[in-house]
Amino acid sequence: MEALERYEPLIEDYDAFREACQRPLPSVVRVNTIKTTVERAKRALEEQDIGWEDREWNDTVLKLDTDSPGTTWASFHGWIHGQEEVSAIPAEVLAPEPGERVWDACAAPGSKTTQLAALMDDEGLVVANDNNLGRLSALRFNTERLGVTNAAVTNTDSRNFSLKPFDSEPFDKSLVDVPCSCEGTIRKNPTALDEWSLGHVESVAGIQKGILKRAIQATKKGGTVVYSTCTFAPEENEAVLDFVLEEEDCRMVEFDIDLESRPGITDWEGDSYDESVEKAKRFYPHLNDTGGFFTAKLEVEG
Amino acid sequence: MSQKTNNGQQFDRLPETEEDREVGERATREEVVEWWDERFEIPPETFEEFTFWEKGKGKIWILHGEVSSPIRIEALGMKFLRTRQRHWKPTMNAVQRFGREASKNVVELDREQARRFARGEDQDLDWEGDWGYLVAAHELAGELEPLGVGLFLHGELQSPVPKGRQRDL
Repeated sequence: MEALERYEPLIEDYDAFREACQRPLPSVVRVNTIKTTVERAKRALEEQDIGWEDREWNDTVLKLDTDSPGTTWASFHGWIHGQEEVSAIPAEVLAPEPGERVWDACAAPGSKTTQLAALMDDEGLVVANDNNLGRLSALRFNTERLGVTNAAVTNTDSRNFSLKPFDSEPFDKSLVDVPCSCEGTIRKNPTALDEWSLGHVESVAGIQKGILKRAIQATKKGGTVVYSTCTFAPEENEAVLDFVLEEEDCRMVEFDIDLESRPGITDWEGDSYDESVEKAKRFYPHLNDTGGFFTAKLEVEG
Repeated sequence: MSQKTNNGQQFDRLPETEEDREVGERATREEVVEWWDERFEIPPETFEEFTFWEKGKGKIWILHGEVSSPIRIEALGMKFLRTRQRHWKPTMNAVQRFGREASKNVVELDREQARRFARGEDQDLDWEGDWGYLVAAHELAGELEPLGVGLFLHGELQSPVPKGRQRDL
């Protein structure tokens, strides 16, 4: 937890933030509309005496009064999928439509891939890539369990991703939910910060820049790229955006999501970033009783 | 005429019909769609927007849409059907996704039988219909919902639910 002290100057009501970080997360699932409707999923849960609560910002996200949503009929049928509430933000912001071609650059274990497929009514193509072969089996398990038939799975380093197998055509939209220092997952995993170091933050930031850069290149002009992390570190968030705004033809775009958030920051430990990174959103655990998250929306220009 | 063989490193789109077949023993699209119709009376139109692919000998995958063939990637759509054996076998996930359209060889299990099926256990079953692969279903939230594929032999329903999909419910 000491690692979080560096964010005290950024966070109003820092005590509430610290307290929230020490509480376990509520049990949240996403309803998989490829296989059922929200109404039927709720009814199946009720038949097993499991209570649910709507989340106002997204009607497919439910809070459950069980700690083991995996042992329900709804889960056996692939109607629900355990997914942290904030992790449902980036796919909603990307808002892919049926028939589009979408790249999920860091896809495993597949919560966001399956959410993208559901938002597209399982029509079009989601290319789900991950560089880690072990995590890829979880991704494949989840896409099939949830009945996704519009996903293609690839196993490469996203920094050098090739469009060749896909007729060399750029994507309409890309989701870049990068590997990060995971500070925001402390509520799910209390040991998440045991190995924290600034060196690690800086080294993942280098990888993040490479992946986001490639995603912008692999997306059509006028297309959308959503960048997200589950960390608070500006080095992995605003600094990465500042880098691509400088290097690639793209701009930050405003977006709305009906959850409490704070804007991206433009000054951090002596560095200053492009003013437009304020359009990104920081989600802190005490604001909506969730994990920590960061999301930015970009438009590819040129 | 020399015949091409299956290449396990890539996905090849299934030929439309027998006449288009270049790889020996590869199932055709026509055969696949007919099999689902004959076995489960799932209307062929169900698969109109889907393409079928082989990667790995006899492993048929289903994709909603198209990509160019062949394609060398890890996975494409969903594993759908196992061919190149005497009795073709659908996957559990394919039956969960498409089995709702079935009107033949669907066996309705009660809640306790469904629990056993989900645990991967075999059980005695009073079934007068065909032996072989069945759509095992139960009522959930007001409608019949497919649990997966079951194998009915000699008065017994076997549950081929894969380990990772088994649940104690």
